[in-house]
Amino acid sequence: MDTRILDRFRAIVGGDGLLTEPEQLRTYECDGLTNFRVLPSAVVLPTSTEQVQAVVRVCHEARIPFVARGSGTGLSGGALPIEHGIVISLTRMNRILEVDISNARVVVEPGVLNLSVTQAVWPHYFYAPDPSSQQVCSIGGNVAENSGGAHCLKYGFTTTHVLGLEVVLPDGSLVHLGGPTLDRPGYDLCGVFVGSEGTLGIATKVILRVVRRPALIQTLLAAFHSTNEAGAAVSGIIAAGVLPAAIEMMDNLAIRAAEAAVHPNYPDCGGLLLVELDGPAAEVAALMVQVRAICTSCGAWEIRLAQSEEERAAVWKGRKAAFAAMGRISPNYIVQDGVIPRTALPEVMSEIERLSGQAGLRVANVFHAGDGNLHPLVLYDARIEGQEGRAERLAFSILELCVKAGGSITGEHGVGEEKKAFMPVMFAEPDLDTMQRVRCAFDPERLSNPTKVFPRPRLCAEKTGPYQPHPLETAGIAQLF
Amino acid sequence: MASVVEPGSVDEVATLLRDASRDGLAVIPRGGGTKLDWGRPPRRADLVLSTVRLDRVLEHAWGDMTATVEAGCTVARLQHALAEHGQRLACDPLWPERATIGGILAANDNGPLRARFGALRDLIIGVTLVLADGTVAKSGGKVVKNVAGYDLPKLATGSFGTLAVITQAVFRLHPLPHETRTLTFTAPRLEPLCELALAIQHSQLAFVSLQVRAGRSAEPGLDVGFEGTRAGLDSQQDELLRLAADVARVDPPAAVWRTREELWQGTDPAVVGTFSALPTDVRAFCTELRDACTAPSLDWRAVVQGLGVGHFRLEGATSDTLVTALQRLRAAAERRGGTLVVLRGSEDVKARFDVWGSPGDALPLFQRVKQQLDPGGTLSPGRFVGGL
Repeated sequence: MDTRILDRFRAIVGGDGLLTEPEQLRTYECDGLTNFRVLPSAVVLPTSTEQVQAVVRVCHEARIPFVARGSGTGLSGGALPIEHGIVISLTRMNRILEVDISNARVVVEPGVLNLSVTQAVWPHYFYAPDPSSQQVCSIGGNVAENSGGAHCLKYGFTTTHVLGLEVVLPDGSLVHLGGPTLDRPGYDLCGVFVGSEGTLGIATKVILRVVRRPALIQTLLAAFHSTNEAGAAVSGIIAAGVLPAAIEMMDNLAIRAAEAAVHPNYPDCGGLLLVELDGPAAEVAALMVQVRAICTSCGAWEIRLAQSEEERAAVWKGRKAAFAAMGRISPNYIVQDGVIPRTALPEVMSEIERLSGQAGLRVANVFHAGDGNLHPLVLYDARIEGQEGRAERLAFSILELCVKAGGSITGEHGVGEEKKAFMPVMFAEPDLDTMQRVRCAFDPERLSNPTKVFPRPRLCAEKTGPYQPHPLETAGIAQLF
Repeated sequence: MASVVEPGSVDEVATLLRDASRDGLAVIPRGGGTKLDWGRPPRRADLVLSTVRLDRVLEHAWGDMTATVEAGCTVARLQHALAEHGQRLACDPLWPERATIGGILAANDNGPLRARFGALRDLIIGVTLVLADGTVAKSGGKVVKNVAGYDLPKLATGSFGTLAVITQAVFRLHPLPHETRTLTFTAPRLEPLCELALAIQHSQLAFVSLQVRAGRSAEPGLDVGFEGTRAGLDSQQDELLRLAADVARVDPPAAVWRTREELWQGTDPAVVGTFSALPTDVRAFCTELRDACTAPSLDWRAVVQGLGVGHFRLEGATSDTLVTALQRLRAAAERRGGTLVVLRGSEDVKARFDVWGSPGDALPLFQRVKQQLDPGGTLSPGRFVGGL
């Protein structure tokens, strides 16, 4: 990168806020999806909104693409650097600016960790979105990905809990979207920004809603012979009009991995359900009787009820560690994030089993069963010639399966780099083109995480109108990628 | 006089819009027509595009608790269809018998159930939009959890027909409640009721709706709604009554959760507006409302949800006094970080008072979004904030 540009960055963030040495940059070459790696030209670590603006202005002037990065725990390559671009790391903007308990609002900088928000409002309130990485992932990253977690079945996703944003647009200007109160006049661009995977700008301040802790939380653990039986129990619970705080399912392979890694003392069974109910004590007690009966009638042969905070933590430990636990039973694995309509679970499960047999690779399954969000973990050994490719193909055919069943290619991990080629499986060209028109309103020069989410960039100068191939494309000068 | 067209399919909507854009006609999308006068009068209106024939419930996947519905279906008809399988769209907008799905989305009209189930933005999971150039675009999907692509259902929600015509929406559903219960309290003054409303929100009570009613000539009231099992409701009622020891419990008024609709009834001249405030500022805003109406002797009423979103009616005197009161109220709302919007009002009032107020520093971005999706200004030109 041009040293004059680097000097400008250094003047903004200081010498210790700029990384240019290859061994320093290596830390930033990938996010939680480690099979894509690109070395950025530089990493800048701003400490204020003004610094972010100044850095982005330099990028805008010099047409340098940038990628905003939080803790780098993303699982779709959303924070993968762009070649000849820079990474703007927000980890130093990690202040909690305001805690307003009486209005259940907290204002934070993007580098604040997810769990820190809950800690700031504990013990009476909590921050509901709880991705399994909550101890290390940042709010800025959560906003970019619209992160979910086990409890979004009842409490909603990040987007439900973000009331307002301060955003540095890709030209360096500052806008405020949403705000401290609800229903502010104007387009809901706060809702559009959340989940836009860093392609619309950089959030530098986030107004979050926190939630009153319920009077009682109980977690039921039920062991079934198969995931089909466990799935039937899930449908039964939902059909009975019960809305649990979370319903999680694990298959035998996932249970064994969790057991090897963190010893949660789960029963060794074909399908394990965790059902968490929360609310007023009498309501939880009444509904738990129902849930227990439904589980038993669907074939549960062991049921345990975790009531104390410690018991619950132990039950959740195995689930939250499930991805990392795969390291105990396989040298490598791919996590997928498909979503299916809940009722399609039995067919999709047996089809995954068939595909897994066909590919000769094991697949462990961990689900947010209540909302149909599957996390199949495709296990492989990269040292064996050809296995990685087979694993990738298997992972993608599972996604195709999800879309065919009426679902989605991603429930919470994002499209990022990994799944952009799959967007046309879910969306037609006019759908994608309309989304990109919105992108053009935010980022006409395509500088903010430009190569992610969409399989093919829209040239913003294109005449708006129904999608037509760009003249450069027809002439073979520009290519679809 | 604008002519009315009633397309019977998404393709017909697309053709109509494409032709209208080509011919430079201004198009006003219309559902049940219950909120057509909200916002500013459009600069031009050549064609009213009515969704009346797009009124089917296309799919109720009750096992998955989702439904796909056409924009022209009324809220009541959708609810009726969903109730066959014990489910509902957990929102309670104004005039459900006439209001359509497309209309409540475009106007983002949320009722008190929002306290528990979220607003429309939280319930909509997919949308089909027709842009002014005839592009038919889908976004979201049919599953509750989905982060693939931009969230255009949220962009369409509350866009007042200025970006696209909504032709279909997909919603997440909730079960109909086992039992419901409403407790109503009253006090000679508003303050203890506002205090109680805050105490309830800070408690572990799992209420589904909460509203404060106030007005010049009525005793203020606080309504708290619950859903659940009999045992759960009994114990929550006990707990609430302990919290509410200082105010009087009375029977809820008839159709208690539809009292917001009464704000649209009365004599002219009048304005109906909405405001947003932090929950702790609701009391201050209501006080301001009372004070602003004392000297010019305006009649006023308000229904405010605990979350800090309220509707109010000012009635009587002249446009002059109404505008003066509105200016004072908006200043009071904005001073505390809130907003005030006029929904219904005479042409005269709307000409003299910016009904939307300031959109802040995001206006240029709003304009660019509008420019991208409706570059010719075909859809409801001038109706929305900042002249969009």
